[in-house]
Amino acid sequence: MNITFLLNGETVELKDIDPTATLLDWLREDRGLTGTKEGCNEGDCGACTVMVTDQDGAKAVNSCIMFLPQLHGKAVRSVEGASSPSGDAHPVQKTLVDLHGSQCGFCTPGFVMSMVASHTNGARDHDTQLAGNLCRCTGYAPIIRAAEAAEDHPVPVWVKDKPMAVQPTSSMLPDSSDELAKVYAENPDATLVAGATDVGLWVTKQLRGLDPVIFLNRCEDLKEITITDKEIRFGAMVDMNRMGEALIDLHPSYAEMIRRYASVQVRNAATVGGNIANGSPIGDNPPALITLGATLHLRKGDTRRAILLEEFFVDYGKQDRTPGEFVEAVSFPRQADRLKCYKLSKRFDQDISAVCGCFNITVTDGVVEHVSIAFGGMAGTPKRATAVETALTGKPWTRETIKAALPAFAEDYSPMTDMRASATYRLETAKAMLKRYYYEDQGELSNVLEVSA
Amino acid sequence: MSVTKPLPHDTAPLHVAGSARYVDDIPTPTGSLHLAFGMSPIAKGKIAAMDLSAVRAAKGVVMVMTADDLPFENDVSPSIHDEPLLSDGTVHYIGQPVFLVIATSHLAARKAARLGKIDYAEETPILTVEDAMAADSRFEDGPRIYVKGDADGAIAGAAHVVEDTFEIGGQEHFYLESQAALAVPNEGADMLVHSSTQHPTEIQHKVADALGVPMHAVRVETRRMGGGFGGKESQGNALAVACAVAARATGKACKMRYDRDDDMIITGKRHAFRISYKAGFDDNGHIQGVSFVHYALCGWAQDLSLPVADRAMLHADNTYLLPNARIESHRLKTNIQSATAYRGFGGPQGIVGIERVMDHAAHVLGLDPVELRRRNYYEPAHEVAEQPIPQKPLGHPDPHEDLTSRGAVEMGNAPVRAVPAGGNTTPYGMEVSDFELHGMTAALLNSSNYAARKSAVAKWNAENSVIKKGIGFSPVKFGISFTLTHLNQAGALVHVYQDGSVHLNHGGTEMGQGLFQKVAQVAASRFGIPLELVKITATDTAKVPNTSATAASSGSDLNGMAVKAACDTIRDRMADYLAERHQADPSTVTFVDGYVSVGEERYTFAEAAALAYQGRISLSATGFYKTPKVEWDRIKGHGRPFFYFAYGAAITEVAVDTLTGENRILRTDIMHDAGASLNPALDIGQVEGAYVQGAGWLTTEELVWDDKGGLRTHAPSTYKIPACSDRPDIFNVALWDGENREDTIYRSKAVGEPPFNLGISAWLALSDAVAACGTGYPALNAPATAEEVWRGIQRVKGDT
Repeated sequence: MNITFLLNGETVELKDIDPTATLLDWLREDRGLTGTKEGCNEGDCGACTVMVTDQDGAKAVNSCIMFLPQLHGKAVRSVEGASSPSGDAHPVQKTLVDLHGSQCGFCTPGFVMSMVASHTNGARDHDTQLAGNLCRCTGYAPIIRAAEAAEDHPVPVWVKDKPMAVQPTSSMLPDSSDELAKVYAENPDATLVAGATDVGLWVTKQLRGLDPVIFLNRCEDLKEITITDKEIRFGAMVDMNRMGEALIDLHPSYAEMIRRYASVQVRNAATVGGNIANGSPIGDNPPALITLGATLHLRKGDTRRAILLEEFFVDYGKQDRTPGEFVEAVSFPRQADRLKCYKLSKRFDQDISAVCGCFNITVTDGVVEHVSIAFGGMAGTPKRATAVETALTGKPWTRETIKAALPAFAEDYSPMTDMRASATYRLETAKAMLKRYYYEDQGELSNVLEVSA
Repeated sequence: MSVTKPLPHDTAPLHVAGSARYVDDIPTPTGSLHLAFGMSPIAKGKIAAMDLSAVRAAKGVVMVMTADDLPFENDVSPSIHDEPLLSDGTVHYIGQPVFLVIATSHLAARKAARLGKIDYAEETPILTVEDAMAADSRFEDGPRIYVKGDADGAIAGAAHVVEDTFEIGGQEHFYLESQAALAVPNEGADMLVHSSTQHPTEIQHKVADALGVPMHAVRVETRRMGGGFGGKESQGNALAVACAVAARATGKACKMRYDRDDDMIITGKRHAFRISYKAGFDDNGHIQGVSFVHYALCGWAQDLSLPVADRAMLHADNTYLLPNARIESHRLKTNIQSATAYRGFGGPQGIVGIERVMDHAAHVLGLDPVELRRRNYYEPAHEVAEQPIPQKPLGHPDPHEDLTSRGAVEMGNAPVRAVPAGGNTTPYGMEVSDFELHGMTAALLNSSNYAARKSAVAKWNAENSVIKKGIGFSPVKFGISFTLTHLNQAGALVHVYQDGSVHLNHGGTEMGQGLFQKVAQVAASRFGIPLELVKITATDTAKVPNTSATAASSGSDLNGMAVKAACDTIRDRMADYLAERHQADPSTVTFVDGYVSVGEERYTFAEAAALAYQGRISLSATGFYKTPKVEWDRIKGHGRPFFYFAYGAAITEVAVDTLTGENRILRTDIMHDAGASLNPALDIGQVEGAYVQGAGWLTTEELVWDDKGGLRTHAPSTYKIPACSDRPDIFNVALWDGENREDTIYRSKAVGEPPFNLGISAWLALSDAVAACGTGYPALNAPATAEEVWRGIQRVKGDT
């Protein structure tokens, strides 16, 4: 496969690349640009952050789990390109020095690039923008001071990248879902790569050789978000940041859950289709989407089918998807917002859920009319709490009803103990989340993130 | 003077540009090779058969080595030679290096390392305190015991007794730069090693032994580490030795860096402790006596565990005058990673023990926890008569002993000798004469508005049923000096060039703490020149020999003084020469603001340097420093282990979701004692970072091993250090306006480790919030993850 992209403003053409070579390894080992660091090689520390600009604008991404073919036609800026070609420092570089934002300095290039990207985008929610960058030395306070101090400086011209127009280069890098359908039908054993935030680890950690690989990132028609009076539909390649933005007004609790889902860098790459298709029992989108009554749209060749999302998850590691079939979109009905999503993890930001509970409960005239509850982390698949739903449906919306429904959780779930949480804690906090939903509905303060000193 | 100025880190401009070079960034010679270890998948057993043919046949593999292929010492231990580089036929933990792959790329080496086919005769591993105690699996023959007065008698006679056993988890260092080394074969038998290490001399010694050459044949260079925190005091030995051995065998430069998961699986962490305590208090909250039993989980090899566990005992008092105390410490040998140095070196575990006692007692007595603590503080600073230092008789040192390692401790037994009860002495008999915390605590309570906020927290808790708040206070007194007394020495090498620029080298290593900048500020101050004239260079065993690890917070104390001595030697030579030429008194020659003044004449420093050169004056000097007054006998448990103490205090406020135990730090106020700070900006940076790291240790950072001994949390996806939003919303850090009462470099104090302990205030604040959920005592274990906080809530409600 041949690809073309911009690196720090200069055109790079690569021939016959290994499709699973990572951007990080290429930068450091082939290009000799060692400013970008490897901290964890799995997208969890941000030391390898670079800025990638495509049609949607500038994005911070983790170069350690970004495969080179994903860059075709894009503009990459590494820390070496944060300063101008004549050596003028970027405002965030200046403020980081002046305000003591670096100590050992190893995480610093990653912070610089996350800050360059968020500064370019005018973002001021620094804790969220930098949630994907770990620092072990500073305790973060001086870094945030530096981010704040740089806010009002204009965006330097040299970081204003534009993507480049490129020609299709390989059938394995299709430009549309039609092309994807064709090439996947011809190569039903191929690995599909959407954002590579999961498949990347198959390569960097499991050291798997993947062949053949089909990259979906150029299928623009899979990136559409369609919102009508009746339906909300996300193309499979909608990244999680765009999805979160689209949901802010429609389903704010879901959007807030997405804010805590991985990090800016990961969400810039991760897609809703990938999160569903990999079938993880701890993916955060499925329980929310299931409670919204989502439908999954699958396609194989020219054949399409639509199933209820919850029916896609057959068993642990097993989904209702045949060879050569791919996720095209997910949709759910427009509805009044009654959804609450509770993500429980050891750390608030950028942590995989121990339990993710989603509740969509409609109350009419004091009576529970419609209930949909689903959980991640409680079973081998994302799973509905049908016994709890039954215990609530048609009952008065009262503390007593909640209490009476709690034992039903044990009918729905037999969670496991692992490094994230014990079985007991999972089951008991699942119950607690129903209580929290009720308390919140009654206006009682129950979100620890909303409390200040 | 450049000392006391809040200057940025010397390399900050290179950090932000990505041009600061770490070991993996050093350009390597053509044909350089890359290494990876094949690791044991079982925790205990013997290798029955090893088939490495698939490894050897793998793409890119140049050579595969096992223990049989090592020509000389197969040992990377910093203490008792119990840590083979490659398994000697037995394996002791999951992750132990068994064979070494040498390949053409990092990825090729990693892939091949997974292809070994090894049959093991498995044995039952020892994983827990119970397992180890039952099997009497330990380092040293039995527990070490310090006794002051009669603890059991005092507790028996006390009005109130608190008693419990709790767990303190370990901690992964999570330096952002994983371990790395690069060995470049030089001519003859010489070897150049670049190592990400806090202890270049240790690396030099281990590499020399592994190559069968004298130490002069090995040069180790360390420009910087991407974080260390103690994790690079001994844990880099394996990589450096592997690289050197492989470089010798292949004739090529060899590099090794651990993938993050491999790093977490192979290397040691902070020691997990179980602590049992029993303490007696009178009605006013004065402690009468306390008895501790420490169970330190040391892992499979001794490493630095003895001095770590010692330091936990040496901090079992923290800031409190214990009239009667007994501390018993078991150093348990288990089949997990060999626990190692980590910021605080056991001190934090000891301090958590006594802070738990104080928290428990305040709850039982119904006293304000700050008030209870203040009542038990040591007496305020006062003059004491200097004690003579006993000299140990000279013996015949073993040339293979790692004399510069903290692991080189004396071992043996001596009958327990009790320190007299009472006095203003620690449980190990050291008079506490520099106690600053009475004033510091008062200032902190005032600046943090503690009393009003404590009332506000109580009001909040009365009005809110789901979210509870808590407020916690913790002080720290941290002993400064290596407890292995002879390590308290340092050397420096300073050159002044004819143009007045200064080249500076010393034995300390830079891991982000700003040591190089502080030491450069000292040099600039001695010569009265701008900092820009001072060049800081990589630590190099060929320039300064026999260095101690940059550890125990000692870096600027020791190396600052050594550099001062070297600078003063040169300065005195220059002054003598210029005074002679001007027929002036040398003591009247001044070095200020870039000028050297003698009589009426004023020269720029560069002119003065050029004149001195022309006058054939040596402009190069070494400097040396040894800490005075210290001498510690760990076997007898007597002497003065510390030159002085550093102090600090913190107040933390938290909020807890009582439904799930999720919690956040809302505000933290810190008052910390850095003496007369050499650089307040760097010192505040150390305090802020240490606090967050300490709070992380006691909250979200949970190490989980499975029942086979496998570490389940071996990547940042599963092991959660604090992220950006976990720092306190409001974070006020102030330095105490004081100076060291001992004669340290510009009267400053060490700052690396002491403030780590201030994170304990977050754990205590969580305990306070949990206590608001019921009537019982929360009895939190550490780390207080959301789940542990939730369990605590169930406990105080009486559910379990």
